[in-house]
Amino acid sequence: MSSIEVVAGNGLLHRRAFLTRGSAFAAAVTGYALSDTAAAQQIVDQPWSKGRGAAVQGYGTPSPFEKNVVRTLSNPQGEPRTQHGRTPHHLINGTFTPNGLHFVISHSGNPDIDPSQLRLVIHGLVRRPLEFTLDTLHRYPMVSRMTFVECGGNSAPLFSNEPMQADIQAIHGLVSCSEWTGVMLSTLLDEAGIDPKAKWLIAEGADSLALSRSVPITKALDDAMIALYQNGERIMPGNGYPMRLLLPGWEGNMNVKYLRRLKLVEQPAMSYYEARTYAPILPGGKAYQFYFLQEVKSFITHPSPGLRMNGPGFYEISGIAYSANGRIAKVMVSADGGKTWAQAALQAPVLPKAFTRFRAPWRWDGAPVVLQSRAWDEGGNVQPTRAEVIARRGQTSKPLTNPLGFPSQHYNGPTSWRVESTGEVRNAYA
Amino acid sequence: MFAELQRHAATEGGKKNFAPCLSVSVARGCMLAAVFASTVTFAQTSLNSAQSTPNLGRPISEAEIAAWDISILPDGTGLPAGSGTPEQGAKIFAAKCALCHGPEGKGGTAAAVVGGAPLTNGIDTPKTIANFWPYATTLFDFTRRAMPWQQPRTLTNDEVYALTAYILSLNKIIGPSDTMNAQTLPKVRMPNRDGFVVRFPEKMP
Repeated sequence: MSSIEVVAGNGLLHRRAFLTRGSAFAAAVTGYALSDTAAAQQIVDQPWSKGRGAAVQGYGTPSPFEKNVVRTLSNPQGEPRTQHGRTPHHLINGTFTPNGLHFVISHSGNPDIDPSQLRLVIHGLVRRPLEFTLDTLHRYPMVSRMTFVECGGNSAPLFSNEPMQADIQAIHGLVSCSEWTGVMLSTLLDEAGIDPKAKWLIAEGADSLALSRSVPITKALDDAMIALYQNGERIMPGNGYPMRLLLPGWEGNMNVKYLRRLKLVEQPAMSYYEARTYAPILPGGKAYQFYFLQEVKSFITHPSPGLRMNGPGFYEISGIAYSANGRIAKVMVSADGGKTWAQAALQAPVLPKAFTRFRAPWRWDGAPVVLQSRAWDEGGNVQPTRAEVIARRGQTSKPLTNPLGFPSQHYNGPTSWRVESTGEVRNAYA
Repeated sequence: MFAELQRHAATEGGKKNFAPCLSVSVARGCMLAAVFASTVTFAQTSLNSAQSTPNLGRPISEAEIAAWDISILPDGTGLPAGSGTPEQGAKIFAAKCALCHGPEGKGGTAAAVVGGAPLTNGIDTPKTIANFWPYATTLFDFTRRAMPWQQPRTLTNDEVYALTAYILSLNKIIGPSDTMNAQTLPKVRMPNRDGFVVRFPEKMP
C-alpha cells in the first residue's frame, strides 16, 4: 500500500489509485457503518440459502433490511402547513434518486389527480389558446433528460452562525436527481403561437393552493419540458403527478407540479412564492429577487453525519456535484479543512444540470480530520468558500436550533465534515 | 419570411430538435422566440409545408378558461370587478381567518398578517406583508387562490377585496376607510416596494 500515491494532506490518494491498483486495493477497503459491525464468525449456510425464496411482487419494494432508507418527514401527520420529505443521500449511491426517495415539498398535501380529467391550457398572449389532455400529450415526440431538482431552501442550515449538528439528510436532503421524460414546452408554445409582447409565462398547478410562479419565456423556449415520467415511470404524486413543469437547473419551486395552466404575459405576476418566499434577505435589509439558478455546488455524502467510520484504513470519499450552468468540470477534495486538495474522479457520464458523482480514495489514519469538497462547472463558476458566501449573504446572529428551519436560501458554499477519532462524523465550519 | 429554429433537446449540446414553423403567423412567434432565447440560432430553410409537429391541442376560448384564469399582475391586470372596505374585511377575517392567523391578524398556527421587524435585523427576519411584500396585488392574488387554507377559492371577489383592505389597513398602509377595488389596489404603494435586487439580471427576459 505504501506505493499508492498520497496527493494531499491526511491521506488523500490519487483519484486513479483504484484503477491502477485494481481489486487488491479494493479488497482493502473497509465500509462505513451505521453502527459497529459484529465480530467475525465462521462462514455457514444461512437459512435463506436452504429453501425457496419469497414470491415476486407486482411492484417491487426494497428488502426489509433497508427499512431505514427512507425520507425524513417534517410534518408526518399532514397538519395544515408545509410538508418536507428529505432524501437520505448518505444511504444511497450513484446519481439517480429512487422515486420513493425523491425529495418532496408539499405546501398543501399531494392532490389526488385523476389523469383522465386533468387539462393543460396555454393561453394569454398567444395566437390561439390551446387545451391538451394527457392522452394528446402522450402522442407528442418525447425527450428524456437527466436533471436535478433542488429546493431554493436546500442546505439552509449552513447559514447558521455556528455549525448545527444534524445529519446530511437534514442539511442537504432537498435536492434529488432523476431522468425526466416528456414533451418540450417549446413545441407546445410554437403551436399556440407566441405573441411578440409575451415576456413571461405564469405556470400554475392544480393543487389546492393553485401554486403559481412566473418563468421567463427565454427559459421556457430553451430547455423547459412538460414532464410526464420520472425514472421511467409516471411521476410520483409528491413530485407532480401526472405532469409538472421541468426547468432544468432552476429553483425547485418554479418547476410547478400538477401543471394545469400556462399563461403568457408581459410582466411577472409577483406571486406569493416569488415575491415573498423565495426572495432571500441580504445583510443590510435588501433582498434578492428572481434568483432562478441553483448555482454550482457539491457535498460529500460518504462519509457524512449519519454514517460512522468503521475504524482506520481505506475508504472512498464520495459525493455529488451539480450546477444550473451546465456540466461539472472539476471537483477537488480536501481532508485537512481546505489546506491541501486532491482532484476527485468524476463518474461518467457527466451530464449538464445533473448530479455528477465524484470519488476520491482515502487512507484514514484514525486522527481527527475535516473533509471538504469544492466544485467547478464548465461555465467557469466555482463553488464559493463559506466566508465568501457569508460576506455576501450573511448568516444568523444566533445558532440555528431547528434543523428544519430556513434562515435563508440558495446556499452553495462548501460543506465541511469533521471526522472524529471515535469514527463519528459531525458538521463543522472550516 | 420563414425561419427555422434550432433548439436544445434532451441532451444539451448533443442532439438537436428542429421545430420548423408552420405558417406566417407562427413564424412570427418563432422569430420572436429566437430573439429571446439565448441558445438558439437561425438556420436558412426553404418553405416547409409538411406538418412537423402533432398540433393536437384543442383550440379553446379565453371564456372557457375564465374559471381558472385567476392570475393578478402587479399593474392590476386580471383584477375582477367588486370592492371591499377594511370594516367589511374585519368581520370576514374574524369569521374565516382568525382561527389560524389569530385575532386581528396577530398570528396563531399560521403567520401574523400585521406588523414585522425591520429587515436590517438579520437575514432570518420573518418576512411579513408590511416589512417585505412589494406589491399589494400579491395579497389579493394569494388570498383568492389559496385561502382559507382548508377551503381555497370559496371567497367572493368582494370578500377578497375586503380582506385585502382590512389587512392593508391593519398595517396602516391604507386608511381605515379606504375602499379597495380594481382601480385603487394597484395604486397602493407597499413600504418595501424598492427593497429588491434582481439576482441574475442576464436571466431576466
